[in-house]
Amino acid sequence: MKAACWMGKQDVRVEQVPDPKILNDRDAIVKVTSTAICGSDLHLYNGFVPSMESGDVLGHEFMGEVVEVGRGVTNLQKGDRVVVPFPIACGGCFSCKHGLFSLCENSNPNASMAEKMWGHSPAGIFGYSHLLGGYAGGQAEYARVPFADVGPIKVPEELSDDQVLFLSDIFPTGYMGAEMCNIQPGDTIAVWGCGPVGQFAMKSAFLLGAERVIGIDRFPERLRMAREKVGAETLNYEEVSILEALKELTGGRGPDACIDAVGMEAHTPGLIGAYDRAKQAMMLETDRPIALREAIMACRNGGVVSVIGVYGGFIDKFPIGSFMNRSLTLRTGQAHVQRYMRPLLERIQRREIDPSFVITHHMPLEDAAEGYAIFKEKQDDCIKIVLKPH
Amino acid sequence: MTTQPETVSTSDDKGRLATGLGWFSVGLGLAELLAPSAVATLIGIRNRGRSNLLIRLYGIREIGAGIGILAQSRPTGWLWGRVAGDAADLSSLGWALAQGSTDKTRAAIATAAVSGVTALDVLSAKNLSATTQSSGPVRVAKTITIDRPAEDLYQFWHDFGNFPTLLDQLESVHATGANHSHWKLNIAGGRSIEWDSEITEETPNSRIAWRTAPGSHVQHSGSVRFEPATGGRGTVVRVELHYAFPGGATAAKIAKLFGMAPGQHIETALRHLKQLMETGEIAKSDASIHPSLTHPGRPPEKVPQGQMAAGAGA
Repeated sequence: MKAACWMGKQDVRVEQVPDPKILNDRDAIVKVTSTAICGSDLHLYNGFVPSMESGDVLGHEFMGEVVEVGRGVTNLQKGDRVVVPFPIACGGCFSCKHGLFSLCENSNPNASMAEKMWGHSPAGIFGYSHLLGGYAGGQAEYARVPFADVGPIKVPEELSDDQVLFLSDIFPTGYMGAEMCNIQPGDTIAVWGCGPVGQFAMKSAFLLGAERVIGIDRFPERLRMAREKVGAETLNYEEVSILEALKELTGGRGPDACIDAVGMEAHTPGLIGAYDRAKQAMMLETDRPIALREAIMACRNGGVVSVIGVYGGFIDKFPIGSFMNRSLTLRTGQAHVQRYMRPLLERIQRREIDPSFVITHHMPLEDAAEGYAIFKEKQDDCIKIVLKPH
Repeated sequence: MTTQPETVSTSDDKGRLATGLGWFSVGLGLAELLAPSAVATLIGIRNRGRSNLLIRLYGIREIGAGIGILAQSRPTGWLWGRVAGDAADLSSLGWALAQGSTDKTRAAIATAAVSGVTALDVLSAKNLSATTQSSGPVRVAKTITIDRPAEDLYQFWHDFGNFPTLLDQLESVHATGANHSHWKLNIAGGRSIEWDSEITEETPNSRIAWRTAPGSHVQHSGSVRFEPATGGRGTVVRVELHYAFPGGATAAKIAKLFGMAPGQHIETALRHLKQLMETGEIAKSDASIHPSLTHPGRPPEKVPQGQMAAGAGA
């Protein structure tokens, strides 16, 4: 079959690879009908996630048709149309029983590798480094789905792929980012990063009762989408001082909660940006925590900082003084997607949201290399790319 | 999974000399990286163009070695790395001394300084290497919590024939008597080791202890305990092994024999036991079923024998 493979830093190629096979009783094989390139795939693309090997199949946002099931999968049948959650979760361990699916204790075969880096291991993830399991990803014609009796959700025919695909990651991720903010009536939520996850975080903040939402980015097309499709107010950090602008917009108090939907490759003009770029290049810090620092400094006293942008290792100049003295709460996590798929599918069915609004590009899988390149460079107003393998 | 401290001390005892050398590395490295011209002047090199790049590269090397020494509790390898770096520095200085444009006095002073540091590096590395290889029985302890009653786990463990399911490298385990069993483990280099084991103590649903029969190549004794976790959160499984070799056991000897750190087999087996007990199968990814971990995460051409839906019936 054809699959988008990571061959090295900023080198993605569509290659011929063997078809996946059932390896365990609870596996299923899915014929991929739609798969998306995620902002977090760019961290792999740019070489900031350790333990990638040349040839790894990419992709953790995908959906398709079940073509084969293992003996242990009784809830799915050949022909079912399913969306697959990006964290692989067994459903039976302590974490899964507590709804913490992205922390499944049993799905990462390379857990000992992750333990060395992070102390404990999270769940395995499709197409996201050997540290997180070494699973082949879904930017391919077919994908093997472990624990298929727990993860995939069947979706009704009347909804298109574009409407339900993002249940695999970015809609639940944005939603969880907003949910962690414990939004109360009258709250103002600020969101760093108006990429697809940021858009869903902003939209979800409204769904969860926020009165005002402020989106922060520098790309005009992303800020426009936040205003026009989500109804957020927007700030361009290349034009204004974010800390001052947020104070002004919130009567001096600061946003009640701040969501970091940026992560490890944050960009900022000026000296701070150069400082973090230099340290990252010299391997003295693995991540550039520019959005995170600003989110902490901006948040109102006693507020919540919710981190859904991806970080990998270690950062410098964490503003612990601001964080501690002002009673802030930090909440984080890879989305526990399995927990959110059903309720969010129902919201889509009730027409409360149509997640397809973030899509700017459709491409055949063959063009994945071009897709990664224009997504990285934000060319052609690119915000979200959906690949079609068949 | 937690790893309890091993008797082959894992505490932070690298010593003040090593720590000092670590900080020295970082400081020198930063100077070389950020101000290569000043460093060149200091050591008497006048030909700036090429030497600046080399000095910067040496700076990166120094910073890496320094972080390695400071970050690790037993940075023996990093310290030997520093010794190798000293050798490179000395040969570069020797080259500089031979150039006409070099300030001979300054370069000679720099060479003397580097030689002194080299002596310290060798001393520190030798000290640490010596303590790493201190002899005595090697104790390894591993712990994991499994969401199943102690009875189920005890029963599974007591049937040693189950063990090859948990560990690919374990070729076979056969019962050779009521309390006796024969084990065959594949080790590095396509070889295998075998031993006979006898149960020395068993308390149903709570503890099993064993030791190798006299004459086995690898002498060890071990025990597994099953204890209820707090709040009804399953069972804590604790495994403890003591290795003894003729002439004294060391972690290094065991690692050399098995091709991996002592206890790594146990860690893997415990993790697989948890997967099997909690999910009915052992998690496999495209990368993990390849013979070598370095193979890319893409579907394999052929699934290795015994990997297809293994453990399903356990």
